[in-house]
Amino acid sequence: MAIDLNVENVSKTFGDFTAVREVSFAVEKGRFFSILGPSGCGKTTLLRMIAGFIEPTVGRIMIRGKDMAGFPPNRRPVNLIFQHLALFPMMNVAQNIAFGLQRRRETRAEIDRKVDDILARVGLPGFGGKRIDQLSGGQKQRVAIARCLVLDPAVLLLDEPLGALDLKLREQMKVELKKLQAEVGTTFIYITHDQSEALVMSDHVAVMNGGRFEQVDTPRNLYARPQTPFVARFVGENNGWKGVVADRQDGLCTLRTDDDQLFSAATHDDLPPGTPVIFFIRPEAIIIAPDAGLENFNRMTAVIQSILFDGANSRMLAMPEAGATELMIALPQNRQYDHLKVGDRVAIGWSARSAVCFKDR
Amino acid sequence: MRSRRSLTFLLFITPVVLWLFLLIVLPHVDLLLMSFHTEDDSGAMVWSLVNYLNFFQEPVYWRTFMRTAIYAILVTMITFAVSLPVAFYITKVVSPRFSGFLSLLLLMPFWVSELVRVYGWMILLRESGVLNHFLMVSGLLQRPVEMLYNDVTMVMGLVYTSMLFMVVPLISVLESLDDSLIEAAYDLGGGIFSIVTRIIIPHAMPGIMSGGIVVFMLTLGNYLTPNLIGGKNSLWFTEQIYNQFIASFNWNQGAAFGFLLLVLSSSIIWLGLKLTRQKLSQVVQ
Ligand SMILES: Nc1ncnc2c1ncn2[C@@H]1O[C@H](COP(=O)(O)OP(=O)(O)O)[C@@H](O)[C@H]1O
Ligand SMILES: [Mg+2]
Repeated sequence: MAIDLNVENVSKTFGDFTAVREVSFAVEKGRFFSILGPSGCGKTTLLRMIAGFIEPTVGRIMIRGKDMAGFPPNRRPVNLIFQHLALFPMMNVAQNIAFGLQRRRETRAEIDRKVDDILARVGLPGFGGKRIDQLSGGQKQRVAIARCLVLDPAVLLLDEPLGALDLKLREQMKVELKKLQAEVGTTFIYITHDQSEALVMSDHVAVMNGGRFEQVDTPRNLYARPQTPFVARFVGENNGWKGVVADRQDGLCTLRTDDDQLFSAATHDDLPPGTPVIFFIRPEAIIIAPDAGLENFNRMTAVIQSILFDGANSRMLAMPEAGATELMIALPQNRQYDHLKVGDRVAIGWSARSAVCFKDR
Repeated sequence: MRSRRSLTFLLFITPVVLWLFLLIVLPHVDLLLMSFHTEDDSGAMVWSLVNYLNFFQEPVYWRTFMRTAIYAILVTMITFAVSLPVAFYITKVVSPRFSGFLSLLLLMPFWVSELVRVYGWMILLRESGVLNHFLMVSGLLQRPVEMLYNDVTMVMGLVYTSMLFMVVPLISVLESLDDSLIEAAYDLGGGIFSIVTRIIIPHAMPGIMSGGIVVFMLTLGNYLTPNLIGGKNSLWFTEQIYNQFIASFNWNQGAAFGFLLLVLSSSIIWLGLKLTRQKLSQVVQ
């Protein structure tokens, strides 16, 4: 597969503050690649380096095999969709889309044809004559995308474009954007702080923290096999403990937590007994009233502290009788757990294979 | 309730109307009437169009008139061309803290009167002036050159005098321009020319027009600068008006010239607004 974008060991410092630190990744042609991280972690800085607005302090950015050092934004085969879209209010929809084509000195007829094509493609046929302030949020979104896609860029960069939309529209645009990307086959680099956007749309996701890439993986792997404690906490929800390794045998180790409980957990690191560790179990991996026959299973009794109803995403908080760390447990809304109420004692447990465990530094 | 409100309204509007009427409308009506009168042989005032006929029959009058109009337009355009980069630099390039300081620098020359400023230019540029002195000392010139009393210097002086009135509206209008629009145009392949003509100027149009109107009117009605550094062979129409009132003591002729200037400035501004499809109400906001 051809590589559209190659970022090699890129860093960016502002004064003595490092916004992006030794980031390397490659994106294959036609992929939907997301960069996920909390706000302020350096996502926009990285994207603006790819677009050419900022030069990296160190490192190299290659687009379709060509080193982009010294190329200004108007001479790079990438386009950026800005956080607030930056549609030109002094032009109508068609003029907005034609702007880039006119800069390439294409003929009038050619431009008109391409504008009509792309408007139909993003589902806005006949909108060419509208003013920007006549459009709804979702329509503006599509015009911004059309304005870039009409130039047929090697890579389309998107800086949290759904951030300004309301929840319902955002859900809808997520699906639409993914479909559109599959249709046009352009490589997308999408940055967001919203994990659901990243997980739903992407082929690959890079989780970024403090200017660094923590893990680059498929959405499924990020969720199932986080490589660092940050990824475990940031992607999905997790209950976390600190403790030390007490014993280990065939891929499972026994952990003693700081509040003196014993658990078994799977690990991919080599952790000799005595190593300080941090380990996680997801709320949805905890089973309420588990079957007695399960093996390699951690069992305990807990007292329900509170029930947080949130539709499909409902949770309960429970305190293990032997411990001091409250657990968040998923509460499936299938009527099976309707009888639970605050103060009840329940048996809970989870499979050792569901937990992940890291060396604590 | 209604009558109370209309009373307050009346209270506020009365001084404005009085001011407009007494200081603007009344003198102008008087001038207008005056411009249509002339002395007959016996020295009595009679109705006549002779003041306006004089203007069209005497080439020096309407040539000065056209010259003034063309130079005022030229000065307005040059002022705009110089002010746009300045305003852009102040609003978009330097840090906000520094931009306040720069605006202050721009304002500074206006703390002294125009007369002093013009004399400042004269000290710099005259034959025995500062610039000539340095050029002589550095060996670039063998003998001093007279840099005053020509059109180029006059235009420069007028641009300098008007710049502030163009920069200030441009700054306020550029401040409202979202930086990401410029970046988006750059990202879509735009160069400096297309960004300026397609993004910055259309956005700044109300500011450009309001600055342009002020600069144009100030330049057209300027007396000091053309008179002092424009010299004898670069006549300005205001000098003609002055001459009629003060030198020839022909108030009727002066009034006619004054009205012609008013008609000229109004029609050029009207034309400018029409050409750029702006409305006066938008521009003066
Ligand atoms: N031009 C700049 N000068 C100094 N610091 C900057 C500059 N641009 C960004 N930063 C800093 O870099 C960090 C990352 O910013 P950014 O890339 O915008 O984060 P994100 O898009 O992930 O929210 C922030 O702490 C921000 O304050
Ligand atoms: Mg950002």
